[in-house]
Amino acid sequence: MSSEIIVKNLYKSFTTKDNQVDALRDINLVVDSGDIYGIIGMSGAGKSTLVRCLNFLEKPTSGEVWVEDKNLADLSEAELRAARRNISMIFQGFNLLMQKTVLDNVCFPLELAGVRKNQASAKARELLETVGLLEKANAYPSQLSGGQQQRVAIARALASDPKILLCDEATSALDPQTTASILSLLKEINEKMNITIVIITHQMSVVQEICNKVAIIENGEIVENGYVADIFSHPKSNAAKELILRGNSDSDHTVSLLNESRKIRIVFSENSSFEPVVANMVLKFNTPVNILRADTRNVGGTAKGDMILGLPEDENLQEDLIAYLKERGLAVEEVTGDV
Amino acid sequence: MFDNKVIMMLLEGIRDTLYMTLVSTAIAYVFGLPLGILLKVTSADGLKPNKIIYRALDLISNVVRSIPFLILLILLIPFTRLLVGKSYGSTATIVPLVVCAAPYIARMVESSLNEVDPGVIEAAKSMGATNFQIVTKVMLVEARTSLIIGATITTGNILGYSAMSGTVGGGGLGDIAVRYGYYRWETGIMIITVILLIILFQIIQNLGMKIAGNMDKRK
Repeated sequence: MSSEIIVKNLYKSFTTKDNQVDALRDINLVVDSGDIYGIIGMSGAGKSTLVRCLNFLEKPTSGEVWVEDKNLADLSEAELRAARRNISMIFQGFNLLMQKTVLDNVCFPLELAGVRKNQASAKARELLETVGLLEKANAYPSQLSGGQQQRVAIARALASDPKILLCDEATSALDPQTTASILSLLKEINEKMNITIVIITHQMSVVQEICNKVAIIENGEIVENGYVADIFSHPKSNAAKELILRGNSDSDHTVSLLNESRKIRIVFSENSSFEPVVANMVLKFNTPVNILRADTRNVGGTAKGDMILGLPEDENLQEDLIAYLKERGLAVEEVTGDV
Repeated sequence: MFDNKVIMMLLEGIRDTLYMTLVSTAIAYVFGLPLGILLKVTSADGLKPNKIIYRALDLISNVVRSIPFLILLILLIPFTRLLVGKSYGSTATIVPLVVCAAPYIARMVESSLNEVDPGVIEAAKSMGATNFQIVTKVMLVEARTSLIIGATITTGNILGYSAMSGTVGGGGLGDIAVRYGYYRWETGIMIITVILLIILFQIIQNLGMKIAGNMDKRK
């Protein structure tokens, strides 16, 4: 598989009146063709700046961005504009032209490229059909719901036949149900049109739902990246652990309230969920463990069991229990603090 | 008092006032619109920030706008003579009206363009739009309601200024009001011209707002 986007030693700093802010520090990233690559981080982590460096809406202070074997920094203004037709983008606020009809919005990138009107219009209708909004072709964006507006934005992004689609918090303004439908549309686009997708988000659920790879960004640096399945099972950085735990919204504070002496998080993969591991462990050691949270999540298409256990006080027993779980092939890690 | 002569004079007054107002507004926009776009484009958050150009335009527009119109009218007499050949009458009045209105329009246009959602401009950039395309196909289109409202307000102002120019022989309804109402104490004619000015103003205002409302697709 070829690499679609390569980011090398990228730095981006902004100079404000009295000081310099390093928004991004030493970012290295490889997005392969066909990936749905998630970039996740808390707000202010620098992820929106990073995605704008991928199409040079923001010029990096130093470092390189290669898209389809072209170093964006080497391109002239005109070449860069041509390259951008290959890298479409959708936004949190949809950013549709409010004074143009849905059809004209989708035609817009083609109009910019000088495509003939009837040709552009035919293509736009085709794309509106793909996103399921052909009957709204003559409506104006203000007459549509948020989810519908994002569908129009997606159709517009596809009009220039891009190789890459950048999504900047594209589902953050939408309710969970609409988010799910937009995500499945993105997945469909990725598979059917073979478009590489980069998704910027602060929601772990989005990454779990459709991404195959993920980079976790914190304070302008990538602290961890790799396959979603791996990171979900074995998060190494604190940021990753926090994001995964926060992903289960409601139970957050309950976990912190139950002040067990020692908490561990275990992750079952599909094959290990056949054996009743926890029940067997309780029987074997003849000691109860407290199940503080349990959940099954769909991570990149496979089911992952996710459970937080509160262990008994006895330290030797704790080690035995952890060893037992590890023997059974489960990912085990400590959960500390008030997560 | 209202014989045919007076009625003819009032009709000519209306014609001259409309002529001065509409032609001045049109010519003022020929200068003001590009200036306003230039102000927006060269501003700190514009497409091509340029401190020197922005500050120069900013200064010129502020200086001209701070000169009272009557003073400007007199100051510009030599310039008006140079352009039109004389300094009185409707056509001559168009010169100071344009000079007065253009910087005002530039500021109106700049503020209308400031209302365009920066996200939409960013989206156009991400599609590979040139700066020219962003101005003509995004900013002017998205801001059109606000631009038309601005044009309506400007036209109303120019109507008022054109009446003021009557005091120095500018022609139109203002001229009639001053000559008959002020110099000859014919209050009746003065009141009629004022009423006519109010009606003209109302027509311009309502028409402009209606067009702006019809063109706005945001609601």
